[in-house]
Amino acid sequence: MSRADAKPAALYHRTVVWLLFLILLLPLAGTLLYSLSTSWSATILPSGLTFKWYVALWSDPRFLAAFGQSLLVCFGSLLLATALILPLLFVVHYHFPKLDGLMNILILLPFAVPPVVSSVGLLQVYGSGPLAMVGTPWILIGCYFTVALPFMYRAITNNLQAINLRDLMDAAQLLGASTWQAAFLVVLPNLRKGLMVSLFLSFSFLFGEFVFANLLVGTRYETLQVYLNNMKNSSGHFNSALVISYFFFVLIFTWAATRLNKDNS
Amino acid sequence: MTASKPRGKWLALLCLLPFAIFFIAFQIAPLAWVAVHSLSVGDSWGLGNFAKIFSSKFYLQAIKHSLQIAFWSSLFGIVIAVLGSYSLRQVDSKLRDFVMAFSNMTSNFAGVPLAFAFIIILGFNGALTLLLKQAGIIEDFNLYSKTGLIVLYTYFQIPLGVLLLYPAFDALREDWRESAALLGAGTWDFWRHIGLPVLTPALLGTFVILLANALGAYATVYALTTGNFNVLPIRIAAMVAGDISLNPDMASALAMVLVGLMVVITAAHQWLLKRSYHVAR
Repeated sequence: MSRADAKPAALYHRTVVWLLFLILLLPLAGTLLYSLSTSWSATILPSGLTFKWYVALWSDPRFLAAFGQSLLVCFGSLLLATALILPLLFVVHYHFPKLDGLMNILILLPFAVPPVVSSVGLLQVYGSGPLAMVGTPWILIGCYFTVALPFMYRAITNNLQAINLRDLMDAAQLLGASTWQAAFLVVLPNLRKGLMVSLFLSFSFLFGEFVFANLLVGTRYETLQVYLNNMKNSSGHFNSALVISYFFFVLIFTWAATRLNKDNS
Repeated sequence: MTASKPRGKWLALLCLLPFAIFFIAFQIAPLAWVAVHSLSVGDSWGLGNFAKIFSSKFYLQAIKHSLQIAFWSSLFGIVIAVLGSYSLRQVDSKLRDFVMAFSNMTSNFAGVPLAFAFIIILGFNGALTLLLKQAGIIEDFNLYSKTGLIVLYTYFQIPLGVLLLYPAFDALREDWRESAALLGAGTWDFWRHIGLPVLTPALLGTFVILLANALGAYATVYALTTGNFNVLPIRIAAMVAGDISLNPDMASALAMVLVGLMVVITAAHQWLLKRSYHVAR
């Protein structure tokens, strides 16, 4: 490439990147502006700026309850996922490496089967009978475990391959550690970063989950997304404050994950 | 060590049990229920539900809408993502990191909050709608129509597309472009004969994921139209959680149609991939 046409090309690429940024920013910027404006109708720009919608939102007990319930469900399911996936990964990679192939197919299921399809079965299987969980947060915790599974399995598998599990275990056992000690005291600390990154990402994903929450539980245990949907008919400014507060929260978690990831490499 | 090995293996298998129980309970069992009950018609078994779906204008319209919205939003999404991620690689790292990070964050901006944001900027009295109307670019814009939904879906396809396509450009080496230019190939020739063929597997793969993403999407369209727009996920959900017309067997059959569409798309993808130049390498 000669110097002469390097400049227009560079300008083109910068323009495209800025356009991409603007497209992605537009809905967010619009919502932010709306959440900060006193009134905004039938004009291009709002008439005045205010924080009153945020004050109203953060002093609404129903919002705070939904927020807390969302946090509880998310943390609960991530705890469950960690407790189930860590032993699974260890056993698969240390004892039965051949199972990894099967796992790679199984973890496609949560991706390939839309939540709306799973919900049909879940509503029937757990709607009544001995395992009647529909309408309680427990069913969400179970479903969210399957949602988080593909992310966590892949992220921690990459991490496991990077630390060379077999050598690490052999070295620990040579030095007199039992399998349990080696797994908990040597392997686990080495997986901390991969685990944290996948937990942060899963959290921001689960925090925005709506289908399972709305179909399986609805208002009986209102999560943030369901609350958001139920507030549809209230003031648009109030809703915007809600959207921005939600996004800000997700932003912190995604940012933390990217930061951790960067330190990793 | 050798004596305890079989016991160790059994213990290890035992550790898999909790995972297996939860995975079966929340992933396999519901799916199996749907698959079995899609074939249940009243008290007997058969293909009656599917026959009803494919002879009903209403259900066929839902399938058609789903496919149209998925196809166009995936196409627009992938075109913007290709242009964007290629340019992202050519700009300085500061701008690139910033826009990449922002794109990753917006990939979580979907569902109900996204529908709200779009109502605010592109609704009947949305700021952008008014702006474009005043500028005389559009006469009217209906966010709650098929076109509106395609625009909305395209938005959430872009960050996913960038995320999946950005690494694929690693396969394209800068010196190929220079070699091609030296041999007299123009920009268009380069993309036609080198760039696009090399990227084909990644493009196909990403397109399939975007299609699946759009076909299964429920939250955004539900929040936007309160379940009034006729697409597959809305139909399915209405028959298990609506106030009227509860029919879990019919919902299962529609759900299997949706899963079937995903399987067909994935199979087509595999077939196209085998024919593409890249795999033969």
